[in-house]
Amino acid sequence: MLPLELDQLTFSAGNAAIIRGISARIEAGPRTVILGPNGAGKSVLMRLCHGLLTPTSGRVVWHGSKNGDVRRHQAMVFQRPVMLRRSALANVVYGLKLAGKSRSQSELRAMDVLEVVGLAQHAARPARVLSGGEQQRLALARAWALGPDVLFLDEPTANLDPASTQDIESIINAIHASGTKIIMTTHNLGQARRLGDEILFISNGRLVEHTPIDRFFKQPASAEAATFIKDEMP
Amino acid sequence: MNSLGEAFAAAWKLIAGFDAELAQVVGLSLQVSLSAVVIATLIGLPLGAMIAVERFPGRQTLIVLLNALMGLPPVVVGLVVYLLLSRAGPLGSLGILFTPTAMVIAQAVLITPIIAALSRQIIEDAWREYDEQLRSLGAQRLNAAMTLIWDTRFSLLTIVLAGFGRAAAEVGAVMIVGGNIDGVTRVMTTAIALETSKGDLPLALGLGIVLVTLVIVLNALAAIIREMALRRYG
Amino acid sequence: MRMLGSAALGLALLGLLPGPAAWAQKKFITVASTTSTEQSGLFKHLLPIFEKKTGIQVRVVALGTGQALDMGRRGDADVVFVHDKVAEEKFVADGFGVQRFEVMYNDFLLVGPKADPAKIAGGKNIIEAYQKIAAASAPFASRGDKSGTHAAELRLWKISGVDPRTGKGGWYRETGSGMGPTLNTASAMNAYAFTDRGTWLSFKNRGDLVIVVEGDRQLFNQYGVMLVNPAKHPHVKKEPGQAFVDWVISAEGQKAIADYKIGADQLFFPNAGR
Repeated sequence: MLPLELDQLTFSAGNAAIIRGISARIEAGPRTVILGPNGAGKSVLMRLCHGLLTPTSGRVVWHGSKNGDVRRHQAMVFQRPVMLRRSALANVVYGLKLAGKSRSQSELRAMDVLEVVGLAQHAARPARVLSGGEQQRLALARAWALGPDVLFLDEPTANLDPASTQDIESIINAIHASGTKIIMTTHNLGQARRLGDEILFISNGRLVEHTPIDRFFKQPASAEAATFIKDEMP
Repeated sequence: MNSLGEAFAAAWKLIAGFDAELAQVVGLSLQVSLSAVVIATLIGLPLGAMIAVERFPGRQTLIVLLNALMGLPPVVVGLVVYLLLSRAGPLGSLGILFTPTAMVIAQAVLITPIIAALSRQIIEDAWREYDEQLRSLGAQRLNAAMTLIWDTRFSLLTIVLAGFGRAAAEVGAVMIVGGNIDGVTRVMTTAIALETSKGDLPLALGLGIVLVTLVIVLNALAAIIREMALRRYG
Repeated sequence: MRMLGSAALGLALLGLLPGPAAWAQKKFITVASTTSTEQSGLFKHLLPIFEKKTGIQVRVVALGTGQALDMGRRGDADVVFVHDKVAEEKFVADGFGVQRFEVMYNDFLLVGPKADPAKIAGGKNIIEAYQKIAAASAPFASRGDKSGTHAAELRLWKISGVDPRTGKGGWYRETGSGMGPTLNTASAMNAYAFTDRGTWLSFKNRGDLVIVVEGDRQLFNQYGVMLVNPAKHPHVKKEPGQAFVDWVISAEGQKAIADYKIGADQLFFPNAGR
């Protein structure tokens, strides 16, 4: 799949330009964090990468893709988990069956990932009665079960308390350790620092910086980034 | 005005006496209206789901039309079906005018728009919530539509019940295409109309009470199923 | 489990679908008739006797005479059994009916409120009664539905020289519905109404209504029966339909008609072939 290349990507909704000509090359390996203030266009950029939105102009190119089916090799977790009205286990099985796995295969795999995210004891419970943190863990399990090459995460902890946030972050690291490329958005500097290896800093629909994490925090190259770091740091 | 008292006495006598003729009329009412609701659901539900998830030219017009058709006057439906099924009409050779089949057709025509329009609304609301997640998991349109139908099934059940209520309560259409033939096409509502025109208001109202009781029992059953299922699946 | 549940529910519902086998049962004919004959209970008395004898089930669709004849014209009935001689003769002359047979008669009545605002109670002359109603502008409920009874009512108005349409929206009210609903209306607003005796005798919601005029020869109400012409509508069930026509005008059918009573009152007087 990787590297992922964004070539002069733009996206407008009506007359409003949301992404204004972003070019970047995202390599396999490091955890990529898309950082930026609210309204910078982070979520839209991620949806363009994942293929949920079609760019107004420019291209999204997966250089490592052997055949045309790029969707199969990526998954996404949303800020607000969308739980199907069925059991936790069935939510994970649903994604696997769409990916063409048999029911018995799917159920085994689903139980495994539920175990890893610590939801095995809730497997039979309706997904919608789980707590917010549990639902987000379930969403991660559903995505992870597919064994994607790339996992997109859009502000995965924005609505969660600190304890749940910690759970989610350690699962994200486990997924990374299993060999899946992580690309996530956040507006939280602490989280970027804890989870990121490299930063794509977005402001007002433009890519302002694309740098390794240490350099970004020590000596940001742009005034926007410097201001953002200063304002957000406690 | 002790007519209401007489009516309840008449209703009680009808139920307690378990009159064979009444049982037949009640049975036919249920048979015709349930058949109509099954057919209308088989047509209306997929139609509603299709309109909810597909985008095509004329879609908005179709939605307005369906919503308007919810208010179809039963007499008009009856008249149109009558003219179609009459020996002098295009489908006259079927010879099904004045049979329960004709009544099922008329009621199905009457309630299909109700089921299609209301399920379109519910499924489209759910689609808005599920859209990105389902596409991210790689669900095709048809697959997504089935998932939405399944996930909104409790709300859809209410719609089906509304359709049944409308079918069981209408008199205009079945009177015209059924002919209110004693022992063949006489149902609760046409029997009520007949007793009213014979001036036997207590008996008419008594039959009405039996009909309403029946509809209440059916709705209560559905409510219990819904409650149990909700507890189970969230 | 839930899949099983929904499948079972689906099957249960499908089981309720009326199978064609259940409905395509015995031999039957469809008779278009009038609300007055149906609601008087005559058919409930008559048809089982005929069915027992011949094995032919008779399905009666009760409408106004105008509608019933129209049903015959469209080919939706095998036999028409109505009461409007003029319209029936035209029906046959136009080729829609084979031959008209007179079956029986009953009579029309004028009913009205006990208070009797037009002062006509006990009269024997329907024409005079009409004139007095119009003169007093007393409320009058008319069928207004082109039925046989409505046609008879209008014929009498014509003879009386009064055009009831002048009272339309005032004292003359057209209900546009069957005999029963019209009587319900008359009872509710204490109006006079023109009705057949059969419906009146079986009508329960009379309120203050009583008979005010009866016995005038002009109130004679003749019923006729005819087979719908198979030459026009080939699917008409010729043999069983004709069997029904023949039976109601036979000695046995005529006796069955005479036997039908509500309490002590005979409702219909057979007069076939006379």
